[in-house]
Amino acid sequence: MKVISFDEAVDLIKPGSTLMVGGFLGVGTPEGIIDKIVERGISNLTVIANDTAFEDRGVGKLVKNKLCKKVVVSHIGTNPETQRQMIAGELDVELVPQGTLAERVRAGGAGLGGILTPTGVGTVVENGKQIIEINGRKYLLELPLRADFALIKAKRCDYLGNLVYNLTATNFNPLMALAAETVIVEVEEIVPTGVLTPDEIKTPAVLVDYVVLSQGVK
Amino acid sequence: MPVDPKEKIAKRVARELKEGDLVNLGIGLPTLVANYIPKGVHVFFQSENGIIGMGPEPQQGFENKDLTNAGAGYITALPGAMTFDSAFSFALIRGGHLDITVLGGLQVDEEGHLANWMIPGKMIPGMGGAMDLVTGAKRVIVAMTHTAKGEPKILKKCTLPLTSIRRVDLIVTELAVIRPTDEGLLLEEIAEETTLDEVLKLTEARLIVSNDLNKF
Repeated sequence: MKVISFDEAVDLIKPGSTLMVGGFLGVGTPEGIIDKIVERGISNLTVIANDTAFEDRGVGKLVKNKLCKKVVVSHIGTNPETQRQMIAGELDVELVPQGTLAERVRAGGAGLGGILTPTGVGTVVENGKQIIEINGRKYLLELPLRADFALIKAKRCDYLGNLVYNLTATNFNPLMALAAETVIVEVEEIVPTGVLTPDEIKTPAVLVDYVVLSQGVK
Repeated sequence: MPVDPKEKIAKRVARELKEGDLVNLGIGLPTLVANYIPKGVHVFFQSENGIIGMGPEPQQGFENKDLTNAGAGYITALPGAMTFDSAFSFALIRGGHLDITVLGGLQVDEEGHLANWMIPGKMIPGMGGAMDLVTGAKRVIVAMTHTAKGEPKILKKCTLPLTSIRRVDLIVTELAVIRPTDEGLLLEEIAEETTLDEVLKLTEARLIVSNDLNKF
């Protein structure tokens, strides 16, 4: 793990990259990294996240500034700009049931070839997907997701890069930390190694490539 | 005094909650159910963004930016609460560990199918967790107003995209309590404020009127 600045973090991200971004309606999203991407205007991004949050918060800021070509999300209802760009044909939106999205990310990080879920069977979600029957019940084969970068938000890390999350800001973050080539984490605090107990560490340092320290926590 | 339809629905749904249940309330009308839990009944509220033991909104000044519900509203964590990631949250939901989910509805039909996540060309918020909740919860209760702008929402066949092909367990409106069964929609209760004729008139689907029709 290496501690770097926001500028150095965003230097790594090239236009056209696929990003996984942690957070649930912006809660648990690394806002500092997002702001820097917006400032640099890094575009043509494919973003995998729970939702597109709000126009002025989280992933919503990437959409609002037209930096995304595609989003893979479960919910866009709180961001009218996402719906507008989708209807105008400017943005490709793949809607995925939330539990399926979590499992697809998990599968991507866990070396699985896909997952079988009953969610979506008999609905528009099944279109184009393989249906597999097991013990008399139908399941959809949902494929794994991976990304070039996972942009993660954690409460704190130690000098090694072990991560601790906070309350409902956890959400997709620990899953995404396994599913990307490069993992960049925005933390609120860096503490000496040994301060974090083995039980509270949810993402081990070996998964973390870079850490950026939040400047002023909102 | 006129009865507030949402309050009427929330109160009736709350009577379905039993001691020890793990409950997920959808955003909007279903959230009101928490205000009417019968005295002496203790339930655990789950929020799909990652908590069991969700408590009410905090006092002003005590908000925690990392402690929110699935609508990004501030909440509290009751003693004994636990937080977790999204995969675990949906393992609870999809894995049959959630006793009850209460969801809003746009349409429900004679087969007990629910449509509540999009109106093509008009409103496309996405399904969020709704498809997993309806597919995986032990009991699915739809809490919705009986009509929308005077038009029935309980139809012969849903015209909007379905949320799941799983049959919901109970439909509660301000006028009626309806149980989808193998034979069709069984009308079990009607509101004190209405008549059987009115309920039948405002419902497009065929209703089987229970021999033991109660008031609520």
